[in-house]
Amino acid sequence: MAGLIGKKIGMTSIFSAEGKNVPCTVIEAGPCVVTQVKTVDIDGYEAIQLGFENKKEKNANKPELGHFKKASTTPKRRMAEFIEFNQETKLGDVVNVELFKDNAWVDVTGVSKGKGFQGVVKRYGFSGVNDATHGQHNRLRAPGSIGASSDPSKVFKGMRMAGRTGGQKVKVLSLKVIKIIPESNLLIVKGSVPGAKGSYLIIEN
Amino acid sequence: MDLMKVVEEQFKSEHKHPAFKAGDTVTVHYKIKEGSKERIQNFRGVVLQRRGQGIAETFTVRKMASGVGVERIFPLNSPFVEQIDINKSGNVRRARIFYFRKLTGKSARIKEKIYKKA
Repeated sequence: MAGLIGKKIGMTSIFSAEGKNVPCTVIEAGPCVVTQVKTVDIDGYEAIQLGFENKKEKNANKPELGHFKKASTTPKRRMAEFIEFNQETKLGDVVNVELFKDNAWVDVTGVSKGKGFQGVVKRYGFSGVNDATHGQHNRLRAPGSIGASSDPSKVFKGMRMAGRTGGQKVKVLSLKVIKIIPESNLLIVKGSVPGAKGSYLIIEN
Repeated sequence: MDLMKVVEEQFKSEHKHPAFKAGDTVTVHYKIKEGSKERIQNFRGVVLQRRGQGIAETFTVRKMASGVGVERIFPLNSPFVEQIDINKSGNVRRARIFYFRKLTGKSARIKEKIYKKA
């Protein structure tokens, strides 16, 4: 799949041609540089590696510097591999937001915002105890029973319980591209994408 | 936030509305679609607040309709907001005049701003 690395800029809403208010996310997508072309002969599979956003040379270590030198480019901050990149690319090529078209559909991957230690209502959407009366006084958001009695007399592995929430890789499928602005490498998609402002995203079509 | 501005430039409303603020009395010409027909409805009242920024900015207008207070929230950049006329510019000290909701009768009046001749 062809794709790009990007950065979440923020959300806004725009008015469609029919006058509807459409919520949308602004993503700075690319330009990305092809930093490595993987082949079956050498790597066992075919893929290309893209790099996004420059970093200072002093912040790159020597192996990194050598890697980027091969592609005759500057050190990059974020890298990602794409398998079956439908476009012909060579080492050092630049891929930009014009990869996507208006009204196309894209999938966006990112790391969701960390929520800390959360209970099961927020974490898994449990309904909690739906009644505040009838003897319930301190268990409105409790998970309820986590295992039966003497049979099975244990709690099954993978039982959904409270814990660290968010900060996980999330992929959102089929977001509509509202507009691309090639002059400033911007991609506007309908709906929301995972992560905070300024977090890195992978956009695939 | 610089890049956000680039996006907002692209999707700005074609309508140029005059500057107004809370306390002003305005008439909003709002386009309404009924089936295939379109008509324009006027809503005249006092602006309670302007809220949000950029394309997403909205404003609240309050009027008294046969003794009942009616409030409508309009998106400033909506293509349905055809025109905004300023009927009076009010002299208020606040950016959001929610206290105005509680006022009735004689006290529910806003002093008009008087501009001195230069």
